Amino acid sequence: MVKAVDNVSLQLDKGDALGLAGESGCGKTTTALSIMRLLPFNAQILSGKILLNDVDLLTIDDEILRKEIRMKQLSMVFQGAMNALNPVFKVGDQIRQAIITHEDITKDSAWERVRELLSLVGINPNRAVDYPHEFSGGMKQRAIIAMSLACDPELVIADEPVTALDVIVQAQILELIRNLREKLGLSMIMITHDLSVIADTCNKAAIMYAGKIVETADSITIFKQPVHPYTQGLIANFPSISGEKKDFEPISGSPPNLISPPKGCRFHPRCPYAEEKCMSEEPDMVEIKRGHYVTCHLEKF
Amino acid sequence: MSSGEVLIKVNNLRKWFPVRTGLVQDIFSRKKRYVKAVDGISFEIKKREIYGLAGESGCGKTTTGRVIMRLTEPTEGEAFLGEQDIFALTKSQLNEFRKKAQIIFQDPYESLDPRMNIYDFIAEPLVVHKIGDEEERVANALKTVELNPPEEYFYRFPHELSGGQRQRVAIARAMILNPEFIVADEPVSMLDVSIRSSILKLMFKLRDELGISYLYITHDLATTRQVCDRIAIMYLGKFAEEAVTEELLRNPLHPYTQALITAVPIPDPTARKSKVVVSGEIPSPVDLPPGCRFHPRCPYAMDICKREEPPLIGVEDDHRVACHLVKND
Repeated sequence: MVKAVDNVSLQLDKGDALGLAGESGCGKTTTALSIMRLLPFNAQILSGKILLNDVDLLTIDDEILRKEIRMKQLSMVFQGAMNALNPVFKVGDQIRQAIITHEDITKDSAWERVRELLSLVGINPNRAVDYPHEFSGGMKQRAIIAMSLACDPELVIADEPVTALDVIVQAQILELIRNLREKLGLSMIMITHDLSVIADTCNKAAIMYAGKIVETADSITIFKQPVHPYTQGLIANFPSISGEKKDFEPISGSPPNLISPPKGCRFHPRCPYAEEKCMSEEPDMVEIKRGHYVTCHLEKF
Repeated sequence: MSSGEVLIKVNNLRKWFPVRTGLVQDIFSRKKRYVKAVDGISFEIKKREIYGLAGESGCGKTTTGRVIMRLTEPTEGEAFLGEQDIFALTKSQLNEFRKKAQIIFQDPYESLDPRMNIYDFIAEPLVVHKIGDEEERVANALKTVELNPPEEYFYRFPHELSGGQRQRVAIARAMILNPEFIVADEPVSMLDVSIRSSILKLMFKLRDELGISYLYITHDLATTRQVCDRIAIMYLGKFAEEAVTEELLRNPLHPYTQALITAVPIPDPTARKSKVVVSGEIPSPVDLPPGCRFHPRCPYAMDICKREEPPLIGVEDDHRVACHLVKND
């Protein structure tokens, strides 16, 4: 059994944007799919709760979840938006489909809504009748974001929304995301492996390693005063185009296999400060300052 | 880095790919259409230098690397490795050339043969070039890329290795013939952050210890800063600007370079946010805009930009830029 996500706790307040960062295979996407309840059939949620406005999503009936929660309260922008649009339907029709399925609305007024959504994300509404292949990469990403906003959700989960895009297009999409958050008061979870994207758009950050959250706090604390050795290593090795030029201090080794993760703290084989305790005992997540949680045995804080 | 012996010299390199339009159009239309992937670039790489080639997807950076390696034939232009004219090499000379110049590909998940064990994969160049001492050389190559102890990796297959280990194997294979020059095509972009810096450190080590020069192809400006001595920014097959790395990032003169730099997000929530200063996306390299290729997106475009293509001129030592806004005095 692969324990993709193990004992993860997160809290997101209204209007927050949380950046969930970590390396490939650390469980970021699985966490998101669990919240959406879209895990593949061979995956199991063994324990835990997922509360959205005090309602546990794990106990809700499938039908209600589909009709009332997804899209209306909770929506997701999937990884690889380039391929998320159906090539044989017009972009506008695909967005309209999402609206009609969830809301009691005529086709015409749904189309009006589609046009509004497209202009909201910066696409000329007349392009609604185009097919996906007539859109550029950046426009497809915008259309997918428009679709995720179709039924006015409170929380949008975006899984690597800018990963495959060129830097200028990436900056356009990041700007769009910042504007939408401000205009619509959206809450967001942004999943990414790129720390600079989190610094650019999110006010909170959580760092995942091997299925666990190792550290979470507001973004400024994470970037300026990281405490967990893994967070420190990530930040020290993340290149920046401005500021002092850093010397690399690579984190040795590579991420563990989640079928048989290391005993004790999962990071200990790569941790420069590992003690005996780290090899045998798994650390709990502790709040070291208000809102700053760390999963580490070290007592230097 | 203005002094130093030149290792690679490229003059007016062009690579055009014909666009297939169909038989009827081939017969009746007079003009053949081309994708001008690389359209007249010149540069030099010095010994021990890491020269960066940066730009957005489709700007021609990978094609440049492939043409210099003779993995694809040039349309026009010259390239030299030392005194040797790369494009004039015969087949047997090309064999010799490959001992001196090697390439590392972007994706270590695709560039390794899944059915070959690591030993055979790294030793293959030795077999091709009929060089002996296989076992010793393979073991040394593995040691150089810090896969220790080497014997433990000999009979493993790529699927048993992590991404970082695979890229190390790819580097070991490129190193085994002791090349002078390596084209590194996005060598870390598929790797996780915690693995990246150890691969880059390895590249530095090889440069320092063995004196290898690199052409480092990337789309990631933040990494170039850590890696490259000099950078060229490419846009639609041409150089927009070329300078020593810090100079280029601190004092970008071309509006496109400026746009790229301000678009890069900074991993610091208190720093400036990424900004968009140019509109639209990169146009198709088939129907290039007349004049300066960047003018339809340039916020400062003038009349002359629509008519005349700006030449790449030197403004300072080692700083060249192709823009009508920049005058050479």
